[in-house]
Amino acid sequence: MNDMTKIEKVAAMQDIKITASGVQVHYGDNHAIKDVSVNIQDKTVTAFIGPSGCGKSTFLRCLNRMNDTIDICRVSGEILLDGEDIYDKRVDPVQLRAKVGMVFQKPNPFPKSIYDNIAYGPRIHGLSRNKAELDDIVEKSLRRGAIWDEVKDRLHAPGTGLSGGQQQRLCIARAIATEPEVLLMDEPCSALDPIATAQVEELIDELRQSYCVVIVTHSMQQAARVSQKTAFFHLGNLVEYGDTDKIFTNPEDKRTESYITGRIG
Amino acid sequence: MSALWLLIIILALAATGFILGRGRAVASVGGDRRKLHSLPNYYGFNVAMLALVPALLVLAVWVVIQPIMINANVSGHIPDALYSDAGQLNLIMSDVNRVADGLGDALRQGVITAEGIHTLDPETSDLRALLGSVGVAIGSDISADILTAARLLRDQSTTGQRAMTFVVLVVASLGFLAAMRMTSGTFRARNTVEYGVKLLLIGAASLAILTTVGIVLSLIFNTISFFGMFPAADFLFGTTWSPEGRGGSEHLGILPLLWGTLYISFVALLVAVPIGLFAAIYLSEYASRTTRAFAKPLLEVLAGIPTIVYGLFALTVVGPLLVNVFGADGLGWMQGARSVMTAGLVMGIMLIPFVSSLSDDIINAVPQAMRDGSYGLGATQSETVRQVVLPAALPGIAGAVLLAASRAIGETMIVVMGAGAAARLDLNPFEAMTTVTAKIVSQLTGDSDFASPEALVAFALGMTLFVLTLGLNILALYIVRKYREQYE
Ligand SMILES: Nc1ncnc2c1ncn2[C@@H]1O[C@H](COP(=O)(O)OP(=O)(O)OP(=O)(O)O)[C@@H](O)[C@H]1O
Ligand SMILES: [Mg+2]
Repeated sequence: MNDMTKIEKVAAMQDIKITASGVQVHYGDNHAIKDVSVNIQDKTVTAFIGPSGCGKSTFLRCLNRMNDTIDICRVSGEILLDGEDIYDKRVDPVQLRAKVGMVFQKPNPFPKSIYDNIAYGPRIHGLSRNKAELDDIVEKSLRRGAIWDEVKDRLHAPGTGLSGGQQQRLCIARAIATEPEVLLMDEPCSALDPIATAQVEELIDELRQSYCVVIVTHSMQQAARVSQKTAFFHLGNLVEYGDTDKIFTNPEDKRTESYITGRIG
Repeated sequence: MSALWLLIIILALAATGFILGRGRAVASVGGDRRKLHSLPNYYGFNVAMLALVPALLVLAVWVVIQPIMINANVSGHIPDALYSDAGQLNLIMSDVNRVADGLGDALRQGVITAEGIHTLDPETSDLRALLGSVGVAIGSDISADILTAARLLRDQSTTGQRAMTFVVLVVASLGFLAAMRMTSGTFRARNTVEYGVKLLLIGAASLAILTTVGIVLSLIFNTISFFGMFPAADFLFGTTWSPEGRGGSEHLGILPLLWGTLYISFVALLVAVPIGLFAAIYLSEYASRTTRAFAKPLLEVLAGIPTIVYGLFALTVVGPLLVNVFGADGLGWMQGARSVMTAGLVMGIMLIPFVSSLSDDIINAVPQAMRDGSYGLGATQSETVRQVVLPAALPGIAGAVLLAASRAIGETMIVVMGAGAAARLDLNPFEAMTTVTAKIVSQLTGDSDFASPEALVAFALGMTLFVLTLGLNILALYIVRKYREQYE
């Protein structure tokens, strides 16, 4: 990448949360991620865009070692979180995932009450000393997830009984409740209507204040609206990475330009 | 002409019909297949179908009905003095049938002529020896009345047989001709065949249902006739089971048997449910693909072992082993190798693959997204299993356990061999006890008369089991189905 030095300069000025260098991912014989290096900044929304199957989700899942749960998946290269290698043998992937939360493409509330959905992470990690504190965490998370008003009267109703958009916001609130430092979102709005999408986007913008957010999206408009940095993937390669404004107005690579203007993908 | 020959003839007719019908259809459009409404084979099938199916139906019904009608007719000719109740009449009629068969055999082997049958006199000739010589053994001497009835039966059967042959052939030919007349280029043979196929499938389904209904009805009627001879309250609430005590002092209380059944099933489930469930969790959540690939089939081999082998295992291995520990030399709680524990443990082993493979399917049906969500929040594997996967799968697993319970309740061989034959109401699991199923076997394998309460009680026992397992199965299916709706 010829503008690497420039990115590094900019990055040095801001806080870098995640540094990936030379990441390769194989699913069996399928080489899904080819030598990807990227610096992701703290308190920033970074968008991953690219055609279907180019490896966005795969790369995102490398960041919290979710790929460990897939038998045939092999990851090599180096990914540093706050300067520490997350693929180091001493790192416990379970602990890591508490720090790097994830929201999935399809809302996946547990078949439990709304309250228990949110309290799941805090309970596992022992984040509260008593019931009152737990209640507090639940309320705070639901408020931040912009869903408190809709569910405050039925906290003990099953989470699966909510609408798709509400479920997705519940899942975001659930991820926030664990107090992660990084929030990974894989197409969080693909199952939502425009109104719910707008709510979630607003939420993402707010989350930027305190978290490092990485979002995968197929919507150019969404990437442009919510992110400050954009990375364009193509066939497992990271083609271009930079400020969102620049990528969308003046891309350097021909492939990025074709994708953004709708010619490949 | 026998029914077999008749069958062959109508099959041949159908085959000819296929070829002729096909040919006629093609000829009707001057050999241009595109002008036909359906493919030529459909015209052939249509003719074959119409020639075959109605004739076969008539044949099947006739073969079933004829003996019943003739028997009813002939038994009306048996003098009333010879019998006092329906049971005796049945015995006489079975003698009549055998004599009639024997006469037929003798005629075929040339021992006697058709004339001879009519002039036979039981007073002067030794009929028993005659029939014995052609391989038909008759228990007692044959009286003139029986011989007359047998002759009547033979005559009617022969007439019936001839009528059947004639009617079936006429029906087959009519079907054949009608179908041939229909056959022309515009006839929608494809639709008719489709309709025929549908009828065939409906027939198969109704046959299955009717058989079940028949079995249940026979169970119900026999149970009712048992309750006609034995008070229902004594059966349902009696606490002793001692069918030997004849002459009024009979005790046929189901409670000790039901207790044995439930106790043994309970022990079996205590073994099978935890082990089966944990095995399923390991296989579906923890095991690597290669482990799973050989462990799962291996576990399922257990399900293919005949239950009699399990029974052997109970009697020769598990029983003695338990006696060593709990018997007279050990804790002194156990008398012999047969006990509730022996049967329960072995039955539990038998049920492990049943529970594990059902639970495995159910656990696998929990969406991966659910697990991802939990892992994504930093939960460990066992936390995920305990707090997300199992609660999500719980209704299904409950259904699996109920199905396993209904199998345990219906199990017979392991109980016969492992639990003993003593009907007892006792809490000690090292005592020999017995179950409903084992008693059904012992009630019917003796040489008691099928019309006595000792034998008929088997139907009441069977009915009880049926109600019990049916209830469990319905409950299980209801639970499993409700659970399915959650994810679809
Ligand atoms: N669990 C898996 N097992 C095997 N191959 C996988 C698996 N997940 C992804 N792949 C492969 O890795 C490549 C990248 O997939 P990935 O899911 O990362 O794409 P994506 O960019 O997220 O696509 P989309 O936009 O459609 O979600 C694809 O070729 C895919 O077939
Ligand atoms: Mg994806």
